[in-house]
Amino acid sequence: MKQKIIGGLLLLACTFTAVQAQRTTFLKINEILVINEDNFEDDYGNKFPWIEIYNASPGTVDIAGCFLTNDMNDPRKYPIPKGDVLTKIKPRQHVLFWADNMPTRGTFHVNFMLDPEQPNFIALFDSDGHTLIDSITVPAGQQPDISYGLIEDGWSTARLAEELHLNSTYKEKNGSELWIYFKKVTPSSNNKILDTNEKIEKFKKNDQAGVGMTLTAMAVVFIGLLLLFLFFKLIGNIAVALSHKRAMKASGVSREEAKDIIQTSGDIYAAIAMAIYEATELHDEENTILTIKNTARIYSPWNSKIYTLRETPVKK
Amino acid sequence: MNFLSFLGENLETFLTYTGFDNVTPGHIAMILVGLIFIYLAIAKEFEPMLLIPIGFGILIGNIPFKDAGLQLGIYEEGSVLNILYQGVTQGWYPPLIFLGIGAMTDFSALISNPKLMLIGAAAQFGIFGAYILALFSGFEPNQAGAIGIIGGADGPTAIFLSSKLAPNLMGAVAISAYSYMALVPVIQPPLMRWLTTKKERVIRMKAPRVVSHTEKVIFPIVGLLLTCFLVPSGLPLLGMLFFGNLLKESGVTRRLAETARGPLIDTITILLGVTVGASTQATQFLTWNSLKIFGLGALSFIIATTAGILFVKFFNLFLKKDNKINPLIGNAGVSAVPDSARISQTIGLEYDSTNYLLMHAMGPNVAGVIGSAVAAGILLGFLG
Repeated sequence: MKQKIIGGLLLLACTFTAVQAQRTTFLKINEILVINEDNFEDDYGNKFPWIEIYNASPGTVDIAGCFLTNDMNDPRKYPIPKGDVLTKIKPRQHVLFWADNMPTRGTFHVNFMLDPEQPNFIALFDSDGHTLIDSITVPAGQQPDISYGLIEDGWSTARLAEELHLNSTYKEKNGSELWIYFKKVTPSSNNKILDTNEKIEKFKKNDQAGVGMTLTAMAVVFIGLLLLFLFFKLIGNIAVALSHKRAMKASGVSREEAKDIIQTSGDIYAAIAMAIYEATELHDEENTILTIKNTARIYSPWNSKIYTLRETPVKK
Repeated sequence: MNFLSFLGENLETFLTYTGFDNVTPGHIAMILVGLIFIYLAIAKEFEPMLLIPIGFGILIGNIPFKDAGLQLGIYEEGSVLNILYQGVTQGWYPPLIFLGIGAMTDFSALISNPKLMLIGAAAQFGIFGAYILALFSGFEPNQAGAIGIIGGADGPTAIFLSSKLAPNLMGAVAISAYSYMALVPVIQPPLMRWLTTKKERVIRMKAPRVVSHTEKVIFPIVGLLLTCFLVPSGLPLLGMLFFGNLLKESGVTRRLAETARGPLIDTITILLGVTVGASTQATQFLTWNSLKIFGLGALSFIIATTAGILFVKFFNLFLKKDNKINPLIGNAGVSAVPDSARISQTIGLEYDSTNYLLMHAMGPNVAGVIGSAVAAGILLGFLG
């Protein structure tokens, strides 16, 4: 009983973690424009500062119920309204919030503004009002119509460090800062416009003959199957040793004799097993033990044959 | 306008909607290809379960019609055929096929003699040989990857990968992969004879040991963990393959295993075959690239078979005399389950009528399935 309870709790914890993982934790503050002089306009034709949120997950995330704030001491400053389909952010897509202090204008108009003179703290809190999802402090001295954003959508410090480690030319092309200034702002679209597939371009440039790909991929295929080979070689040795032991115990013979029993009797066992299989659809689990088990008839609606049979028609 | 001229005009309009008015030489050519597939399936019994649905699908896909927004063609969004085709374009038919393959495959031969797994790995040279050749033929790396996978001799894997890497080539890749899988009895035997000596062809291999139930249960679990930790992008295919196998080997989910290897795989095979066939609409399919893909597909099978056989010969240099492997099972590493293993058996029996190689050949054969799924995962990871 105790084991069942522990198992149940573990399962519940795993389920909760999995569900949580698909939710708001993937949201990232992605790009901010503090001084909007001649840039993107809202639905009312006004130019206000904006905050872009990015969904870095492979699933749709609903941002409704979360909180946006510019005050660490007031994490519940702007509750993002529920019931608006537009709060559902599709995988790897964005939404834009207007920092115009006019929340009556709609879901995406928050109740605070950004200060063009001071550093601006912006944070996104989860629906419980105290779990911080993401935050950023936009430095003071922002230029008009130049946004401050992540070098690539949804990237973290770790992701940038990984790219810098793996891609030797990345730093030279893009720098090594996570947050950069965008002269060409990208509201509701990718910070980095992808007009080519970098992976493919890299292969075209560095591996024109395909030799690098062949060597790498074949090495991985061989390693994968080699690992399986080594594992099952070991398992096989253990299984053979155990079957020898079982034969020694059952027949009271020496190890060498047990080996002979196992080696010479394979065909016989195969024939018997096949006959049993054909006749009763039961088969052995081990080569040195012949088992005919009674089927345990534990009731379950999933295995009950009653539910799969039609009733015999009765003539009345 | 009198009644007769009204009828005449209607008839004339109707004629513009018929296949006779819209037919092109391309349609005729593709219909002939479909008929050849059906002929090969019925008269020669070359992979009938694949060639009949694909062949008939080619006929369906190449009935010419006027594009009048009637939602008929497979490429018209919302048409019935287009909805069925989603399983191919979205890539969910192949993993379901793999579920069925897992539920019907007995990995005992491989578990009892695990070194045969390495033959399955060597045969994957076919994929990357074709990748190199495709690059030289002017294809982009992602397209070359999609073409190379034909050498894996595994239809579902080829469809899955090409739908991700180069959707525009998927029809040609799928047709090529299935065609050459059906033609392994023609492609492989000459290479097997040419690359082996008489002495090698009569090597007798040790009888495989009996594999315990525990080992059979451990195999799919460890297989999944080891291969997918190494290549997570192979997860859809390998995950379903090993899941299906656990359903079979656990012994307690017999109904599920039977559904997976019976009605489920049959249903998906029908849908996959007929929609892949129908996707070869002449207007989309008959291009110079399709011909090049067919040529490269043939070469990939040749390279894969050659690599498998030569690897066994090389491997034998390091094995004890009584533990040698018959190189005639090297061809089975290309996957194409179970046809290539049957070829090993047939050719082996030609040279020694008491030397049965089928069980031994099944080892590299199923290792080839795992190997090609791993290779697909690598290509997807690098180029996707």
